[in-house]
Amino acid sequence: MHRFANPARFLKIARPLTSWLFWPGLALLLTGAACGLFVTPADYLQGDTVRILYIHVPSAWLGMGGWTGIAIAALMQLVWRHPLAAVAGRAIATPGAFFTAICLITGSIWGRPTWGTWWEWDGRMTSMLVLFFLYLGYIALANASARHGQGQGAGGVSPVTAIFGLVGAINIPIINRSVVWWNSLHQGPSITLRGSSIDASLLWPLGFTLIGFTLLFAAIVLMRMRAILARNKIEARMQRLARG
Amino acid sequence: MNQWAFVIGAYALTLSGTGLISLLSWRAMRGAEARAQQLADRS
Repeated sequence: MHRFANPARFLKIARPLTSWLFWPGLALLLTGAACGLFVTPADYLQGDTVRILYIHVPSAWLGMGGWTGIAIAALMQLVWRHPLAAVAGRAIATPGAFFTAICLITGSIWGRPTWGTWWEWDGRMTSMLVLFFLYLGYIALANASARHGQGQGAGGVSPVTAIFGLVGAINIPIINRSVVWWNSLHQGPSITLRGSSIDASLLWPLGFTLIGFTLLFAAIVLMRMRAILARNKIEARMQRLARG
Repeated sequence: MNQWAFVIGAYALTLSGTGLISLLSWRAMRGAEARAQQLADRS
């Protein structure tokens, strides 16, 4: 991993990779969404609302996966002082918060016709809302540390922000197990390592949207990392020019 | 209750939001890289 510690070497790979991830991701996402909307049958119980599955599950996966990425980046920043880890953590935060919000909103939209309510303070929904607030806290801390120059050379992420990212990861297994530990309106785990309880006729477009959204998320993170690295470069050059 | 209204609302929000965050990230990247290149060319 330290092979990519050099920003120049990272950028050499990131520049072509951004397009290679973005366009196939978009194509897979649109194919999966179209198939989910127009090809798969309606569910015998939930009717057409089951089609929300194809956007709700990937957004939940990215919300949780995004914070896992922040925690790994924080660990690499704190333990190995990897120079790109803080940049990666900061680049993940906004898209992670966005997909967590999408998960909450699409879940709420799905809940109204299915459960008869927009919101219920149960384990799954509440822990997902906590994740969204954790993202907002992380973004606020990262912006504040960047403004005060605490994270210079680390993409604007101070050690305190990194520790926050690491500690917040405790919420990820809580979200995952919440439907098992507590009574919930939310269904139990329907896709596990042992298989899926969703019928194959409904399940297959989920593979397209899951991979499509993941590739798109990776492309967005790379774009944001490139933007942070370019801003760091501008700042360093301006300081050199100011010193004469 | 028309279920399609909920489905279309959820998809419209997700796809337009994803498009917007992609566009904003791309613009931020292009803008910052162009400014960095300009500074590099000037010095």
